Amino acid sequence: MWDYTPIVKDHFLNPRNVGDIPDADAVGEVGSLACGDALKLYLKLDENKDKIVDAKFQTFGCASAIASSSALTEMVKGKTLDEALAVSNQDIADFLGGLPEEKMHCSVMGQEALEVAIFKYRGIEMPQHDSEHDHGPAYPDYEGEIVCKCFGITDAFLKKVIETNGLTTAEQVTNFTKAGGACGGCIPKIKELIAQVLGEATAQTRVRPEKLSNMKKMQLIQEVLERDIRPMLWADGGDLELIDIDGSKVKIAFRKACAGCASSGNTARMVEAKLRDLVAEDIVVEEVSQ
Amino acid sequence: MKEIYLDNNATTKVDEAVFEEMRPYFCELYGNPSSMHFFGGQVQSKVTEARVRVADLLGASPDEIIFTACGTESDNAAIRSALEVFPDRKHIITSRVEHPAVLTQCRNLRQKGYRVTEIGVDGAGRLDLEELKAAVDNDTAIVSLMWANNETGVIFPVEEAAAIAKSKGALFHSDAVQAIGKIPINMAASSIDMLSLSGHKLHAPKGIGVLYLRRGTPFRPFMVGGHQEKSRRAGTENAAAIIALGKACQLAGQHMEAENTTVKAMRDRLQDALMAAIPHARINGGGAERLPNTTSIAFEFVEGEAILLLLSEFGICASSGSACTSGSLEPSHVLRAMGVPFTCAHGSIRFSLSRYTTDAEIDTVIRELPPIIARLRQMSPFGREFLEGQV
Repeated sequence: MWDYTPIVKDHFLNPRNVGDIPDADAVGEVGSLACGDALKLYLKLDENKDKIVDAKFQTFGCASAIASSSALTEMVKGKTLDEALAVSNQDIADFLGGLPEEKMHCSVMGQEALEVAIFKYRGIEMPQHDSEHDHGPAYPDYEGEIVCKCFGITDAFLKKVIETNGLTTAEQVTNFTKAGGACGGCIPKIKELIAQVLGEATAQTRVRPEKLSNMKKMQLIQEVLERDIRPMLWADGGDLELIDIDGSKVKIAFRKACAGCASSGNTARMVEAKLRDLVAEDIVVEEVSQ
Repeated sequence: MKEIYLDNNATTKVDEAVFEEMRPYFCELYGNPSSMHFFGGQVQSKVTEARVRVADLLGASPDEIIFTACGTESDNAAIRSALEVFPDRKHIITSRVEHPAVLTQCRNLRQKGYRVTEIGVDGAGRLDLEELKAAVDNDTAIVSLMWANNETGVIFPVEEAAAIAKSKGALFHSDAVQAIGKIPINMAASSIDMLSLSGHKLHAPKGIGVLYLRRGTPFRPFMVGGHQEKSRRAGTENAAAIIALGKACQLAGQHMEAENTTVKAMRDRLQDALMAAIPHARINGGGAERLPNTTSIAFEFVEGEAILLLLSEFGICASSGSACTSGSLEPSHVLRAMGVPFTCAHGSIRFSLSRYTTDAEIDTVIRELPPIIARLRQMSPFGREFLEGQV
């Protein structure tokens, strides 16, 4: 049995704002019958067409999907469209006192329906997909190439969710978006996307410093390992531990999937390259077994 | 809140008489049945009695009964043994609707280079015997097919399947975990080589299973160590649970007729009333021969977890083939193999009854479920055109 919070249970058993708004100003529809959950969100605006005065939903899905939809409608009522756009999927989960990790995709679905409704209302172009696969894309208004064919989820959508939620593993991406949760064929691609997002996040901010004291060097080595390197290994189920720093010599031990991995030598070279790139050119990485 | 327990294919209540039978073997008669002294010897004789009782339920001889820790262990042991017995045969046959205890193991073996054929089923969940005939060859080490399906209750023609397997010299194993105690089984008149049983599905405690091994069938043990179970399954006997299982098998034999009359009548009444009260529903496997205690009903345009949690508000315990309940994201592999449309696979609910089920409990489900389905359908963005005026 899922460990739902009392707030989730309340919003499931007594959902607020169920139904449709016939003269709604904005409507957002995501998900499908085949996917196992779907949400249609209706928004009514005030006479200035700026503030949300009413919100209703229709949802097909599990308890947390219904609770997330109910929470979403309660959260956006009274907000301006810009304020509503600032609502993140984490805000929905927080409103509910948290969701089980495996159910985070329900909050993502809510946020997405909201975004689709508002973008459509504002006439922002969102290219449509041809539905080539089984059951149509889950987020039809999200541009990009379909990565997860089972649930119809695009790379652009995945990158957005990875970025906004700081996801580092394929399993987390599945929990948040369902992508990769059926046949699993797209998991390598999801890992690539995680690496891309992490790479982009780091590339923007890092330049190698000109000169470093020993103390600063050690700090920076640790920082790069934590922020840049370990998350990349996590994406493949691996990890490493910093054993020692002796001048420019960095001793590391591989953990989890990296430990005993045939290509750990290559991984060590990758770590070295990254440290040379971001800390100092003379860094030597040595793999120890501890 | 008193539970209305209709999830007996998941696990069952331990019969009070079964519990009484095992109770002395924890704090008082705790001896090791393998010991030479009188204190272990008295446990040994109860283990022997239990072995006879299990054998009687199966129409087997006591020496064909190997006690294990669970149905999954029995399944794993049977398949691995066959592969060791026939090192030159590299082909395994199973079905697409097997329990993970068999299916996951076969798929893992595929990674290790074995050829695995998964036989399909038709829309009613019936095994395709022609496909099996075409698949068995001289490279086949083992055919493993369940006796009855845990989700739908559909019964497979295991005797015919066993004959097909044996025509090419392959061993035949059946995961009979759901069938034993619910329908009569007579191994004396069967050609099945190996059979798995799980205690907690027939009112014995969890943590005890049996591998039936036909006399003369070549076997390599899965667990090695001591000489227990004639060196076919090492490890100190779980004496209390074995004794409990013996009692549970004795009781299952006594209740077999009621299972197929009283329990079946309640199951039929439940499904007939629900089908009459709820439009756009279908019985998964309704067209096939099924266990007397099981019915799996698909409700279109609603999702299973939501149904289960609303039923739970009334104390009603059932299970679902839906994705959301299991933590996986796809509806059950059984329903997908049967080609159940996605529109209803997500909304399938399994009710599995037992001899403890009462008419009053069935009445409660018949009263409470239709409004739950109607309520969820009203909330759903789908199917309104079909359901207009009906919910």
